[in-house]
Formats: sequence, structure tokens, C-alpha cells
Amino acid sequence: MAAASASAFAASAAFSKPSSFTRSSPIQNPNPLSSTFKLPFPTNSPNYFFKPLKTSLNRPQFSTPSASSADAATVESSATTFHGLCYVIGDNIDTDQIIPAEYLTLVPSKPDEYEKLGSYALIGLPASYQTRFVEPGSTKTKYSIVIGGDNFGCGSSREHAPVALGASGVVAVVAESYARIFFRNSVATGEVYPVESEGRLCDECKTGDVVTIELGEKGNDGDKLINHTSGREYKLKPIGDAGPVIEAGGIFAYARKTGMIPTRA
Amino acid sequence: MASSAISPSSSLIFVDKKNVGFSALCAQPSFPFSTLTSKKRVSSKILSVMTPQQSERKPSTTGAVKTGMTMTEKILARASEKTHLSPGENSWVNVDVLMTHDVCGPGSIGIFKREFGENAKVWDREKLVIIPDHYIFTSDERANRNVDILRDFCIEQNIKYFYDIKDLGNFKANPDYKGVCHVALAQEGHCRPGEVLLGTDSHTCTAGAFGQFASGIGNTDAGFVLGTGKLLLKVPPTLRFVMDGEMPDYLLAKDLILQIIGEISVSGATYKAMEFVGSTVESLSMEERMTLCNMVVEAGGKNGIVPADATTYKYLEDKTSVPYEPVYSDGQARFLSEYRFDISKLEPLVAKPHSPDNRALARECKDVKIDRVYIGSCTGGKTEDFMAAAKVFLASGKKVKVPTFLVPATQKVWMDVYSLPVPGSGGKTCSQIFEEAGCDTPASPSCGACLGGPRDTYARMNEPQVCVSTTNRNFPGRMGHKEGEIYLASPYTAAASALTGFVTDPREFLQ
Repeated sequence: MAAASASAFAASAAFSKPSSFTRSSPIQNPNPLSSTFKLPFPTNSPNYFFKPLKTSLNRPQFSTPSASSADAATVESSATTFHGLCYVIGDNIDTDQIIPAEYLTLVPSKPDEYEKLGSYALIGLPASYQTRFVEPGSTKTKYSIVIGGDNFGCGSSREHAPVALGASGVVAVVAESYARIFFRNSVATGEVYPVESEGRLCDECKTGDVVTIELGEKGNDGDKLINHTSGREYKLKPIGDAGPVIEAGGIFAYARKTGMIPTRA
Repeated sequence: MASSAISPSSSLIFVDKKNVGFSALCAQPSFPFSTLTSKKRVSSKILSVMTPQQSERKPSTTGAVKTGMTMTEKILARASEKTHLSPGENSWVNVDVLMTHDVCGPGSIGIFKREFGENAKVWDREKLVIIPDHYIFTSDERANRNVDILRDFCIEQNIKYFYDIKDLGNFKANPDYKGVCHVALAQEGHCRPGEVLLGTDSHTCTAGAFGQFASGIGNTDAGFVLGTGKLLLKVPPTLRFVMDGEMPDYLLAKDLILQIIGEISVSGATYKAMEFVGSTVESLSMEERMTLCNMVVEAGGKNGIVPADATTYKYLEDKTSVPYEPVYSDGQARFLSEYRFDISKLEPLVAKPHSPDNRALARECKDVKIDRVYIGSCTGGKTEDFMAAAKVFLASGKKVKVPTFLVPATQKVWMDVYSLPVPGSGGKTCSQIFEEAGCDTPASPSCGACLGGPRDTYARMNEPQVCVSTTNRNFPGRMGHKEGEIYLASPYTAAASALTGFVTDPREFLQ
């Protein structure tokens, strides 16, 4: 199978700096629908987006202090944990299924349109998927983790795909392999964390299972996914090359850190 | 179709017999020489001449034994201002051209301003090409607003190449408007050998037909390029596809790429470059090479690439005066795999629903009743694609049995359809032949229904129907309705199918 392993790079705000308006709305912005809404720039103060879902999710720091102090030598053991209900889909889920083309008139960098994109996440899945990902009338999903098969996100380069998933409330995707542009865009936007599984978790898990993903744990175990419903654990592949970029906080932060572009005023 | 996996440890991989002989004579691999002596696929321009090393020094003592590079590796190395790059290396690459359109442009602009500041200026106002093409002829307000956003930005930044449209009721009233971005890029001379072209669209790989590195990126990456003119890219290994044999007159490049995708699957080329060489490729026109490279992304490919040659230079003669320097794969370049095809043995193909790799012979699908035919898009809506369809209608002389939608990719294609004579027709134009065959009137140029789009898009599939299409993807819902069934095919096959009302091998009419 294709070596779609974490070998993509990309852009801005990912995990160490919970970035921009996407994370702050609706908690910090009482009126996210305002057209004069000013995008708050990321600061170094850790503010976390606590999803108003049944499952408790917290997104721990990715060594924010070390990233900004460019002190790469001290690798803080910054374990990342994702926890929630999973939604299972198959192979070759293309971007038209993730976010059909008719919704691409929504511009992801506009906050209210960002929210709308979330409501259409995975609406393109065929009728064989009996459980709706986002309930009609809602903008959020109750499934914060999507489990897929091979070649997840194939098709278009539309960044609306990982954005729609993130906007709907997905925090991580676990797939057997990724199409390169989708993977790159996921790392770039920080909308969803693209995890690669060892083997076909889409055959092992069922929609509605409660799962936990543990990444970056020191120790023999390495990265893993725990399915609490079935009581089984699965190995996950390490993030690989994209790691330093994600840890720096995306390509903009990575570029600033390495002096490629000037620091933001 | 031999597929030889090549082990990276051997130093003589896929190589000309001449090079093998030559290397056996030399004490060390002096690769500048190999470019001079290997006659195939090398520029006649001598880029550098070097006297042979006289000393007995072994390669290992020079400290810099460099393996040959593929075209893709060379282009990325040069664009990174490095002498050498290997697959797997990550490098900051200078971008020669960045393209965006109405769907992804506004988002990219938003990110650019957010990261570089409201008053930031793009890195080079002449290297950005903004081409509205996706959702143009629609009453959807947001779609129209998105074109306005592009315009505002281009005015603010004084962008040189903005192919604007304001009068949606009459596309011809817009002198700057072109249409489908990938075809417009080629027609306007923005594709040049040896360069790096990135675009916020998966089919940006089309431009690889010109011997350049061309690949699709997302909004955030594009926002980064807007500010810096660079991007961090990982060098892909190259899969080589050697196609030899005379192209039968019932086959088109679309059949070739469907053959390949069916062979390696929709993820067979993920993160890899696909290099197309061989006598068949050399015989292809630029538009056919574009079709070949266009669907590289459907195999998961990062980029597709065809070595530049006389055909390329001729095409570019009247389109650009920007100097360019082609590059070619070294004789000792390493390829991940090599696939060989004898084209003379291939037959017209389709990709059945719902995947571009669901390959089947067109003749084996002759019992599939269809509801409509769509001829258009960057893949199958170029001038030559319409000429090909017209050829089939002409040969038949009959009328189509199902609604047949024609969407020229650009203004220029539309004009060609209405003005160029079709060989063997006694001076008729494509448009006349289409009219006589009962096809729909050629529509306003844009991406159209290839990707569904807003509900009022011309030829959008709003009911579950069966369509034969010259477009590039057939995943569920691609052209609109989730239960729509799309058979991807060449313009020949599409036209033949329109005439019978079933999926039809074009040999029914062409032989």
C-alpha cells in the first residue's frame, strides 16, 4: 500500500498554539456571526477549546514553552490524548464525500462560514452509511474521532475537507493511509490530527465505540488507540516527518522558528 | 506490463544500453558526460561541458558521489538552489507560479492576511495567476461574492494576471475571462519546462505535461506561498511509465491514463512522481500530454511529468517569452518502479462507478444503458477533445440518443469549436457537427458539472442517472446526485456512447 505515512508538510497553526478564531469561537466570542468579527491572533497563552460534547476532551499542550524558546534539546514528554466516540468509514473516502462540492462556496477563513462547513461534514457519504455523522439541523457531531481505511481524503485539494471535519468537532482521524494533499492540509490547518494506524482499524471498530488515542507517550508502548467498548488496544504509527512542523505549531510557526520568515510583530 | 521494482542499492538502475557501455569504460561515474552521450530524451542544448577527470581518484574520495537525478528531483533541487536532492528530503522550494481560483482563492487570501498582516503584499505580483473558473455561471450569491473577493484582492495587490469575469450573462463580453484554470494556464503560457508551479487545485498536476514540477496544495500552504514565494516540499520518488508503440486511431491519452490508474490503483502513486516517456508519449500533442498528467492525482500522484521536446517548444513559441531551461532525468537516475506498456495492444477503456481505478473495457460494458453524456473539464474539454468527439459524430452521421452536454474548458476552446474545420468534414466546424448530431449547444466555459457545484450549474446531475463523462473523478456524488453513476471515458468513447445510448467502444464508428 502507498507510503502515505507522515511525510507531508504544511502550514499554519496546528497543535502547540491553539490558533485563531477556529478554536476561540464559540467560547470566547459571544457573537461569532458578526461580519465585523476581528480574528484574534494566536497568543502564547494556552487557551484550550473544550468541546461541549458528552465526552470529555482536553487537548494538552504540545510543549508550547519549548517550541517558543527554540530549545529543541529538551523534549518534554508531551503526551497527546484524544478521547471520544468514533465514527467508522471505509477505504478511499474522497473529498467529495467529506464535503460535497456544492458547499465549497463557503470560505473557511470566515468564522460563520467555517461553522456552516462543519454542519455538512461527511454529508456526501452514500446511503449505505445509515448513521448520520452530523444530525440534521446541527453543526456539531458527537463523534470526535473518525476511523478510516486506505487512502483517506483522496480526490480534491480542497482544504474545506479537513476544515469541515474539524469544524464539526472531529479532533483526530485514524486511517490506514492518507492521500497526500488531505494529510498535508490537516497538518497545515491543525483542524484534525492525522493519525496512521497499523492495520485496518476500520474493520476492528464500530461507529459509536468509545476510544482513546494516546500519542507521544514515553515508554515501550508507543502510540496507541484503546477501544474501551471492545476492550482492545491497537498500535499506531508515529507521526514521522511532520512531527517537527506540528510541534513548532504549523508551517508558519516552523518557518518563523527557523528564521525563514520574520516573527510576527 | 512488466513492473520492475528497482532496488535503491544498485547503482545502475533503469539505464540505456549506451550508458551501461559507457560507464563500463569509465573509471568513475562522470554524470555530466552521461547527459551528453545518451541520446534519448536529452536536450539538444548543451548546458555544460566538462573535461574528463584525468586523475585516478576513486569516486569515494571526492566526498560527493552524486547519483543521477530524475527530472522531478532536478527541478526541485534547482528550485531549492541546491545541487542535489534525493527522494525523501524536505526542502524549501522557490515557486515560479502560484495559481488559485474562486473556490480556494478567498480562503488562501484570508490566511495570507491573517498571517502576514492586513497590509501585506504578495511576494511577486507577476507570479500569481488568479483564474475564476469553478462556480461562475450561477446565481449562487456566495459563489459570485467569491469572484468579487478575488477582484478586490487583485486590485489591492495590483496582480498582473487576473482573468476576471463580471458579466455572467454573456461570457464573451468579458475580455479577460478564460475559463478552466489548468487549460488557461497552458494557453496563456504560464507553464514552462523546468519550473515549479503550485495551485490550489488537485489537477494542477496537468502542467507537468510541460516538463515542470506542478502539484496541488491547500489554502494554508497557498497562503504561505503568497507571502514568501516558497514552500516546504518533500521530494517524491519517481515511478516511470514507458509507453511505446503506435497509438491506434481509436485510442486517446485518456485511455492511457485510465489503463495506468487501473493498473496501480487510486493510491498506487501516493507521494510519488509519475514520469511518462516512450515513443507513444513523444507522439502525443501537448493537449494529450495534459490529459495524461491531469489524472495523475487520481492515482494519488504528487506530480506527473513529461520531458519537454520539440512539441513543447513549438506550443510555447507564441505563448511566452519568459526564458526557460528544461531538465531531463539522468541516465543513471533511480526510479522506484518502471512500468512498460505496448500501446498498440490497448483497447478503449472506461472507469466504472464509483472509482477512477475501476477499469473495464468499453466493449465489455455495452449493455450498460446510459442517460446522458458530458464532454468537458480540464481532462476532456480541450479543443482536441471536442475535435475527437466531432470525428465520431461525423463518422456516424446519426443523432445522439441521449442528452449530450458540451462544456468547452476555456473561451479559446469555445472559439475553436465554432471556427476550426474538422478534418474530413468538408469544412464543417465542431459546432456544426454537434448541432447536426443533436447535442446540446456548447455552454459557457468553466469547470461546469465536473464536480457538481451549485444546484443551478449547467448539466449538473440532480437525479440518479447514468452518465458517460470525459471528466476525472466518479466517486459517489461527484457530479451532483449521490446515486449518480459516472463512467469515465475518452471523448471518442463518450461520443460513441451518446450515439447508441449505451456505453460503447468507439471502434463501432471509427473502423
